[in-house]
Amino acid sequence: MRSDPADYELVVPGSLRDAVSLLAAQPGIWLPIAGGTDVMVQFAAGKLVAQNLVSLWNLPELRFIEVNDKEIRIGAGSTYTELRKHDVVKREFPLLASAARWTGGIANQNRGTLGGNIANASPAADSLPPLLVYKADLILVSVHGERRVRYVDFHTGYKRTQLTPHELIRAVCLPRSFAGYFSYARKVGARNAQAISKVCVAAVAQVHEGVVADVRLAVGSVAPVPLRLLNTEKVVEGRVIDEALILKAREAARGEICPIDDVRSTAAYRAQVTGNLVAEFLEKLAASGNNA
Amino acid sequence: MNTSRVQCEVSLTVNGELRNLRVYPMERLLDVLRRQLGLTGTKEGCGEGECGSCSVLMDGALVNSCLVPILHAHGVRITTIEGLAEGPLLHGLQDAFLKCGGAQCGICTPGMILAACQLLNEKPQPSLEEIREGLSGNLCRCTGYTQILEAVAEAAGRGSAR
Repeated sequence: MRSDPADYELVVPGSLRDAVSLLAAQPGIWLPIAGGTDVMVQFAAGKLVAQNLVSLWNLPELRFIEVNDKEIRIGAGSTYTELRKHDVVKREFPLLASAARWTGGIANQNRGTLGGNIANASPAADSLPPLLVYKADLILVSVHGERRVRYVDFHTGYKRTQLTPHELIRAVCLPRSFAGYFSYARKVGARNAQAISKVCVAAVAQVHEGVVADVRLAVGSVAPVPLRLLNTEKVVEGRVIDEALILKAREAARGEICPIDDVRSTAAYRAQVTGNLVAEFLEKLAASGNNA
Repeated sequence: MNTSRVQCEVSLTVNGELRNLRVYPMERLLDVLRRQLGLTGTKEGCGEGECGSCSVLMDGALVNSCLVPILHAHGVRITTIEGLAEGPLLHGLQDAFLKCGGAQCGICTPGMILAACQLLNEKPQPSLEEIREGLSGNLCRCTGYTQILEAVAEAAGRGSAR
């Protein structure tokens, strides 16, 4: 049954300071809502447990993209539309630009935010594997100040994160060290647009003196969290790409994921597709002529 | 059950007209448009942001009005399908949808036209691929899309962006 809006409170704080003060005053009571593309779905379905919502939409301290010599800092309130249109994101972080283009339709891209996607912590989110590949750090903020954490450590289990009840995600930082890398992204879903992934893969690598170098490979929808395939990376790093290596990489990938059967797909299909995408990544890397 | 929360004042401009409303902050923009303002051209399909039937423009950007709490619409400009025609003169996209047979049952049509509005405002001469992408969040269960894509291309050819 649909929720009754009379049962819910929504406040719009005037500043980030006001927002974190509210969280600090009543930790665990206030659920942040940004573009509403997840929260409002739960609300409409009558499944939104939290009744006190604090809006982060359009908060200027969260809606920015800054670039310096070393890194790009993406405010957590940046929308997918802003990501996919940003010149530096497009040029240096194409996996993230692709994921932004694949997430929902235009209307959802105009409202959905990167920080919302991270906090919602769906293992199927398309934008999260690119953050693993690009060595993202997160800046978390509370009344006590900011702390910087490695994104790879952020998701601690299915829909569980390092975020404490009095913290918000302030920004995502990506080092500008991926120029010249070959990049590969592919989403497999029921249809191209507006469908949640059955499997999504993001990867970068270079070829140095004929062998794979600096490979980073991450995958969504095949584990309780977005997963970096560390074993598969070890299998291919420093090796010449040939059929035997591709076979080993497929096996390694299948060995380190733990997909499930659900409404969107089956564990067996996801395992097969993950192997296929890892193989396709290596084939395309070999054919790319990349030579660092 | 829970105690009722307090209503709030929200001011927004809908199709060029300033409206001051008393609402619960979590009411959906979709429901306010349809029930309080009587603008039933905006349709509810899935109610979860998947089908695009409830698409409207919020400060010129396409949004699913089923996913917008009304408080987020405070101070913004909303354009619904009712705001496109100028008196008896149809918007170029509406005219093109009629001419090309882009509307059948009509439920998806307002959202399709508003999605096409945002597209043509950004890209007055879109490629077929760009039209497909611009409308990818809007589902139609009648026409099979071909006439809809043709209608947008027709409107683009006539320079319907504004």
